[in-house]
Amino acid sequence: MKSRILLSGIAFAALAASQAAAAELRFSCYQDGVECDAWAEQMKTFEAENPGTTVKIDVVPYKSIVEGLPVQLASGEGPDLARVTDLGGLAKYMLDISPYVKDAAALEASYGRTLAWTRVNGPDDKGIYSIMDQQTATGPYVNKTLFDQAGVALPAKGATYEQWVAAAKEVAEKTKTPYAVAMDRTGHRFAGPAISYGAKYFDAEGNPITVDDGYRAFAKQFVEWNNDGTFARDVWAGSGGATYQDAAKEFINGSLVMYISGSWQIGRFGRDIGDAFDWVAVPAPCGPAACTGIPGGAAVVGFKHTKSPEEVGKLLDFMAREEVQAAVLAKTKNIPANQVLQAKGIDYVNASDAEKAALRTFAESLAEFSPIAFQFQGYKNNRAIMNATVTRITQAIVGESTLDEALARIDADVKEALAAAK
Amino acid sequence: MLATVKTAPYRLVSAAFGLFERPMLALQKMTGAQRIAWVFLLPNLVIFSLFTFLPIALNGIYATTGSDRILLSERPFVGLDNFASLLACQNYLQPNSCERDIFWRAVHNTGYFVVVQVGLMVLFSLLTALILNRNIPLRGFFRGVFFYPVLLSPVVVALIWKWILQRFGVLNAGLEGLGMPTVNWLVEADWAFFWIVFVSIWAHMGFYTLILLAGLQAIPGDVYEAAEMDGASRWRVFSRITMPLLVPTMVVVIVLSLIRAVQAFDEIFVLTGGGPGSATLLLLQYIYETGFAFRPQLFGVAAAASMLMAAVLLVLTLIQLRAARSQAEG
Repeated sequence: MKSRILLSGIAFAALAASQAAAAELRFSCYQDGVECDAWAEQMKTFEAENPGTTVKIDVVPYKSIVEGLPVQLASGEGPDLARVTDLGGLAKYMLDISPYVKDAAALEASYGRTLAWTRVNGPDDKGIYSIMDQQTATGPYVNKTLFDQAGVALPAKGATYEQWVAAAKEVAEKTKTPYAVAMDRTGHRFAGPAISYGAKYFDAEGNPITVDDGYRAFAKQFVEWNNDGTFARDVWAGSGGATYQDAAKEFINGSLVMYISGSWQIGRFGRDIGDAFDWVAVPAPCGPAACTGIPGGAAVVGFKHTKSPEEVGKLLDFMAREEVQAAVLAKTKNIPANQVLQAKGIDYVNASDAEKAALRTFAESLAEFSPIAFQFQGYKNNRAIMNATVTRITQAIVGESTLDEALARIDADVKEALAAAK
Repeated sequence: MLATVKTAPYRLVSAAFGLFERPMLALQKMTGAQRIAWVFLLPNLVIFSLFTFLPIALNGIYATTGSDRILLSERPFVGLDNFASLLACQNYLQPNSCERDIFWRAVHNTGYFVVVQVGLMVLFSLLTALILNRNIPLRGFFRGVFFYPVLLSPVVVALIWKWILQRFGVLNAGLEGLGMPTVNWLVEADWAFFWIVFVSIWAHMGFYTLILLAGLQAIPGDVYEAAEMDGASRWRVFSRITMPLLVPTMVVVIVLSLIRAVQAFDEIFVLTGGGPGSATLLLLQYIYETGFAFRPQLFGVAAAASMLMAAVLLVLTLIQLRAARSQAEG
């Protein structure tokens, strides 16, 4: 009887110990295409390599990552990891995984440029807070079939916004296409052409200045293009507040000639357009100051509040591996953030020729983006600038305020937001 | 056998309650017959305090603090600054002259929406109730038809109408088919406002129609018979009998629809997102966006705006209570 009790006790203790060692990591993941599905496949390998650690992927809408997650994190709650885009804004909640990775120097070499976007604790911050699994670049797509039907040549690399817009307008008129040009309703997309028109966004000390001559010049042009019907008015004027709105559906159904969006649409276009028409991504048009889009992307990050920091660190280290990234990127048809893979190139096995060409165009454009674009992307309060831009420029488009009033409000909104974020 | 089946649960329940008899008697002895009521009310009071009073109090504290931090310990006290910034205006009729112009646009839109939507809603609900109260063919079917939209989720309602109203939607396809010009319904400010009023009336009218129908059916038939014997005209019957006897129900309908209109959010948020610009932005969406959607999140301003809105709702609720009381007193 005594030995039975002893055995039961040992069994119970062993069970309790194994449960203590086991860790279930919750990973909140949003996807533009199949990113979370691709990670779910890789998790099987990670779990096999790390017995006792399981990863539960919760696929959530992007809105939940943008609006719900920050509130959860601010109250000390939330998942162990998440796939996020607001790298600077959420950096204060992120876990520094450098103590848990095998080779921090190798990670630095592979991801150094994007790691900087989450280092918001000053120049001495050498922490590793994120592993980017999708580098993005904003830029335009055009419906080449419509250009061919209209007999209009695609403007060459280095063409200005005015030249592109004139060409798209001509195509729309000749082919009776409802929309000539559209741009996603977000301050992120607005920033690329604004910098091309000369917007500096930051002063010499790195403080945001938002509205300057360059910003004003593009804002004026953009409002005019929306009001004269060149740009699809529905996209910006059709929504309120800072609500995101894209025009992907219009591009996919062939009712839009030129669409200023970003590289994350490639997989969707490849899948949904198929061979309905020919589409191409083209280099960022030029303004008087530059020919730039905005870099961006999504990264997987761990959070400080996790009860399993070591496991989170190991998981991110696993996700950063070259072969793992390559496998995921081949499926998701995204541009690698890993600089070694950028140099080597990804074998996008299932990508169509159009998709491969678009990926190449965006990857090449990215290398030529303005340094201001990278600074803007890495600025921790860039969302304050983006929200104010969308809200106020829309007011100018619909006539609720003059452009001057809107620009003055943008300045005031950004100042207030920065004061609150101090 | 049947009797045993019926009485067994009863006995079980009685026995269960019997267990409490002695402790309850002892408790009553301790507290006295008057105070024992508080003991019974206590669980409800605790829950109500935790989930209603505490959040209200927290909201009040947030309204007097600043910064984008969510933890109160990290938020500096700013007194009434948030209220002051919301109310800072050179001319309340011109939102552009206000420090928080979008808040005042939302206030204007909400006021306009409440007046127009509630007025039309009550009018159409009354007309529909009057028709459905008559002995018309397929009366039951039509009652169901008018009530059906109430059962739909607001998001579904908005998505259906968005599908109809978008630039290449069903409505424009129909107009194009008839050779008529099409309109970008949700991009033109005035049309967008018209459609949010229309859709919200369409979605909620059935509920108020039902209340008014019940009010109409509660009017005794013999009053109408007496009027008929006296040779009263239809208008006279309506204005001297139906309307006066329907007033208590009308007050309930008006107050309920007023409260609902001030709180409007879901359908409009999905249908127009508050746009174009801020043409259909109502107060609740302003609070939501200020507190949650924008970066950084201005919880203090959102809390202050919600307290101002709560004050309006409180007035409306007091009116409803007074109306209900005078109705009860006959």
